[in-house]
Amino acid sequence: MSEFDLAKTSPNGIYMDYCQKDQLAFQRAPSGKAVFYPRIVEPKTGEELRWELSQGLGTVYSTTVIYLRDEKPYNVALIDIDEGYRMMSRVEGIDPEHVRIGMRVQVQMATFDDGKKYPIFFPVNEVV
Amino acid sequence: MTNSLRRGSVAIVGAAESELGLCALGTTPYDLMAQATYRALADCGLHLKDIDGVFTATSQARFSSLGLCEYLGLKPYYQDNTLMGGASFMSHVAHAMAAINNGLCDVALIAYGSTQKSVSRAAASPREFNAYETPYKPFLPTSAYAMVAARHMYQYGTTREQLAEVAVAARQWALMNPVAWEKKPLTIDEVINSRMVSSPLTIRDCCLVTDGGGAIILTSAARAKDLKKKPAYVLGVGEDLSHIGISGMPELTVSGAAVSGPKAYAMAGITAKEVDLAMLYDAFTINTILFLEDLGFCPKGEGGNFVANGGVAPGGHLPVNTNGGGLSYCHPGMYGLFLLIESVRQLRGECGERQVPNCELALAHGNGGVLSSQATVILGSQGD
Repeated sequence: MSEFDLAKTSPNGIYMDYCQKDQLAFQRAPSGKAVFYPRIVEPKTGEELRWELSQGLGTVYSTTVIYLRDEKPYNVALIDIDEGYRMMSRVEGIDPEHVRIGMRVQVQMATFDDGKKYPIFFPVNEVV
Repeated sequence: MTNSLRRGSVAIVGAAESELGLCALGTTPYDLMAQATYRALADCGLHLKDIDGVFTATSQARFSSLGLCEYLGLKPYYQDNTLMGGASFMSHVAHAMAAINNGLCDVALIAYGSTQKSVSRAAASPREFNAYETPYKPFLPTSAYAMVAARHMYQYGTTREQLAEVAVAARQWALMNPVAWEKKPLTIDEVINSRMVSSPLTIRDCCLVTDGGGAIILTSAARAKDLKKKPAYVLGVGEDLSHIGISGMPELTVSGAAVSGPKAYAMAGITAKEVDLAMLYDAFTINTILFLEDLGFCPKGEGGNFVANGGVAPGGHLPVNTNGGGLSYCHPGMYGLFLLIESVRQLRGECGERQVPNCELALAHGNGGVLSSQATVILGSQGD
């Protein structure tokens, strides 16, 4: 197997490059198992991983609304992506308190304060 | 594999807290560790020169065994800085037992100190950057436990009131503990209607932020018999590491306690039914419910019903967190050692008004990170 060349690129670097191109990427093991977050080898087996693009559809696995002083309440959620992995993100486009476990959501890249694009999710029927 | 540790071969012989609550400006974690160490030594009648094994952890120092050894002038034969959050101290018990069993040390000190109330929680335990979580600004650790609670409610119908029952029960126990931080009664309505932090958890579902330290002294069962107080024998230990970020937790409603608990029970040769006292790391109200299930005190999904109607309050089905817990007694950042201290005191019969009658088997369960590390210690008043 070819070793991941960390002198040239990193798992997070590749992932973020995809995000900047409005693509949600993850890794797939030879067994077909989806792996997230991106790594240099598959956990448990050490097998080589290849990149794939997700369709960006998923289901809310759990959700919370965060109430900080001097900040509007906002959502943080764990999303089970249809390709078979889970990630943390936010569900936007609706009142954060209306986000429900089991809700179908679709990805959209959003530019964060650091100027980079990150994946966030919207309820399936409300993608803008 | 099973471990080769010898059940009952080691005992906790000394246990003490330092000053708790809010310490004077300039107090350091080492001041608190040192104070607790002196008190724990006085508790068992041993002296500083007897300590030849040192086990420490604190979020405020990377090299805490070095720091404490310098402070106390110790030159241990064996030392260990294992840091896996609030469960570290249960892990230290297992490691100290291994060291004593193998002749690497004879008298082991496990010490902790934190000034997180004085210096602020953000300063005492800065969060590490996680490229796949930090950008979304989860309010950690609370938001992680909040999502666990939300999922538990969704899957098992656990209610907001049941979560509040845990905080109310802890408060009732705390009112019988003279050194507990909280001094006033608490109601279910007050828990539910207090400030929301990360839904469904309000500020009263969250542990306290206090200063505090603790220390315990362990030695062989043979040596323990000649010391001042009744030994608390180490009967079983078990650990499990499952993830570091909450997005890596395999299933939010099943913690690693479902692995660490059975390991500890198997070593001790007991079941949950025989446990007289359960000290469960209650960083948040959902923890107690989850650990009651995962440690076999009730079936999965039944934790909410178990705590309902004062189930874990004084006079309930099972004495749980009799010191008042992290929710109402003290919670200086990493709380695990305090669970062991209360267990020792209950086994000795030193707990006054809150004493559990005929307490012979105590389970102390530690939790670290965002349900990331789990470690269970079973202590008994009889070693054989």
